[in-house]
Amino acid sequence: MATHPPASPVTSAPTPDWRSVKGIDAFLAVALIAVIAVCVRAIWFTPVDAMLGAAQKIFYVHVPAAIGGLYIACPLLAISSLGYLWIKDERLDRLAEASAEVGLLFMGLVLVTGPIWARTSWGTWWVWEARITSTVFLWLMVLGYLVLRGAVETPESRARLSAVMGGLAVLLVPFVHLTVRLFRGMHPGPVVLKPEAPSLPPEMLTTFLWANLAFLMLFFALLRIRFRWAGLRNAVTALETA
Amino acid sequence: MTDPATTAHRAPAFLADAWRIARKDLLIEFRTRSAFLAATVFAVLAVAIFRFTWDPTAIPAMDLAPGVLWVIFTFSGLLGLNRSFSLELAERAYDGLLASQVARESIFVGKVLANFVFVSAIQALAIPAVALFFGLEIGGAWGVLIGIVLLAALGLSAVGTLFAAIAANTRLAELLLPMMTLPFFVPLVIPAAQASSVVLRGLPLSSAMEWFKLLLAFDLMFVSACIVVFPFTIEE
Amino acid sequence: MPIPHGTAATGVADSSANRSADGEGDVALVAEGLVRAFGARKAVNDVSLRLSDGECLALFGPNGAGKTTLLRLLGGLLRPTRGRTTLHGTLLPGPSATRRLVGLISHHAMLYPALTVRENVRFAAECQGVIDADAATTRVLQQLRVLDRAETAVRYLSRGLQQRVSISRALVHGPRLVLLDEPYTGLDEVGALVFTEALRELKASGATLVLITHNLTEGLMMGDRAAIMQDGRIVHEERAENGGFDLPRFQALYRNLVHEAIA
Repeated sequence: MATHPPASPVTSAPTPDWRSVKGIDAFLAVALIAVIAVCVRAIWFTPVDAMLGAAQKIFYVHVPAAIGGLYIACPLLAISSLGYLWIKDERLDRLAEASAEVGLLFMGLVLVTGPIWARTSWGTWWVWEARITSTVFLWLMVLGYLVLRGAVETPESRARLSAVMGGLAVLLVPFVHLTVRLFRGMHPGPVVLKPEAPSLPPEMLTTFLWANLAFLMLFFALLRIRFRWAGLRNAVTALETA
Repeated sequence: MTDPATTAHRAPAFLADAWRIARKDLLIEFRTRSAFLAATVFAVLAVAIFRFTWDPTAIPAMDLAPGVLWVIFTFSGLLGLNRSFSLELAERAYDGLLASQVARESIFVGKVLANFVFVSAIQALAIPAVALFFGLEIGGAWGVLIGIVLLAALGLSAVGTLFAAIAANTRLAELLLPMMTLPFFVPLVIPAAQASSVVLRGLPLSSAMEWFKLLLAFDLMFVSACIVVFPFTIEE
Repeated sequence: MPIPHGTAATGVADSSANRSADGEGDVALVAEGLVRAFGARKAVNDVSLRLSDGECLALFGPNGAGKTTLLRLLGGLLRPTRGRTTLHGTLLPGPSATRRLVGLISHHAMLYPALTVRENVRFAAECQGVIDADAATTRVLQQLRVLDRAETAVRYLSRGLQQRVSISRALVHGPRLVLLDEPYTGLDEVGALVFTEALRELKASGATLVLITHNLTEGLMMGDRAAIMQDGRIVHEERAENGGFDLPRFQALYRNLVHEAIA
């Protein structure tokens, strides 16, 4: 057998953490139990809103999903993208990818739960209300971002090109929001009741706070899993191409 | 051979280089006319189709025409943007350009200029077509309308050129470009459509001021941001 | 004097005197410990070189050995992960003006098919900041014997003529370092002959050449030095003796090195 020349050492490959794929992730398990518990509490142990009826309960999912998908995932995507362009650290690229994926899921949850509520209280499935419209455009942007990631072959180019797009999102979000607000301002839609603003009865407030906590845990548990999964995938790619 | 010692060089000049690249792109487009023909045919066809789906007794032309105009604007623009980098990559002329002393930012500005001229030229045909088919009386609003088109064309060219540079590095470049750019065109096309609607209705310009500000802000922010991030689309 | 195996990576410490080992001329290109990683894979792994003015290095190696990546590193088109390249003391890649020191020729035409020969070459000259671009264009087209086709669109030219135009494009600004990536691909006999002649003239004018090719005969005919690359490293390097290489011996050596790795 002829000797093979020494292959270049794969020192810079991320060391995969195999624990994350063996068995059940403890953090995710806790988060899932918390989400289920909050749902149970919201459905059976929280009073029905006198004015809005049972449909109001959708907000125990809707608002936490919006907080995770819009207010955490999007800034995280933008910051880690810009950070990647700055220091070219592969972990930031994985963080951006994970934020986009989990963000897409949470924003999707917002977009699914929104119309259900709209149907029962406004009598129509879809309303071009400013917040919903902004969310739709952001959801589409994140979707485009993930499609771009899927279309670039080499890991370095993928990280760099998608970071350019993720970084531009910082500028896009305020512009979309401004545009949509201005647009709606000129054509007023139905009055939006924001259940988080008026003072809620204590029981509902407690459920609402627990729901936020549970969904936040779910958000970060999923983020952590996707982050690690991306690391494993990159390690496999590195082994295959080395 | 050209003697290295006797060939005199000048330092890279940002705008002169950009202008040279824009001129080269436009000359190629003028010679081949591939994208321009496709975009023009698309624009006229789209106007005609919109006209046939329109019930003039139900919807006033003024309500529909600005939307039609800006839908055509966006999609015909996209047709030109793909060509911007595909003509560089066909024979890898891009490598030669990147290996020259021209600054990356100059390349980008040159490409944006060429696309800007391209998009504006399509609009020069599309607006009269819309006006004709929808029976619009543009009258004295021409000046403002051209201003809106130029503002929107600049923003569209800048963002579109950047994404075309990104898409050129991928499989499915033609499919990917609209997916990536359309969300970014939202804050461009909505203000442009609203502003032109105000103008076409003959309402006072002051009622469209907010939209103009938004267009201007978009151009300022995105043109500069795209110039800054463009070098990152090139592998080094 | 043949250079023993493996010294390519270490034989650059002598930078005190700015002369190459045998005093042929000024050292033009110095590469020290070049590494370029794509993710975890090192396409170029610790390569050092020094080339003098008017010297040509013929670089051989199987597909995927890292030849093209090395070429782009030497030309300052790629940034090394580690190591550095200098050309006449100028660090590459440096400010954008340093790129005009380099000319790039590959098996891709790097031309715009819709533009004429003259438009293509003049565009390249202007991009490189050549002051009298028209004169430089005419001169280089004449040297490569394509001046009579100057007003023809490139897409109407044969492959051989196109390649001569793309050589003109790469040389019009008088580069000090010319990088050639498989330039013989698709050239017919006449084209190859004209091309080889052009390379000779280029060498005589004092430019440094790095030539990648799969064709050992052509590469050894052109090169003053020959190197074999494998898995990102230079595994063999030698210098021409008595004005040439021993082709059969080199062929055998190449086959041994490359086939050993495949087996």
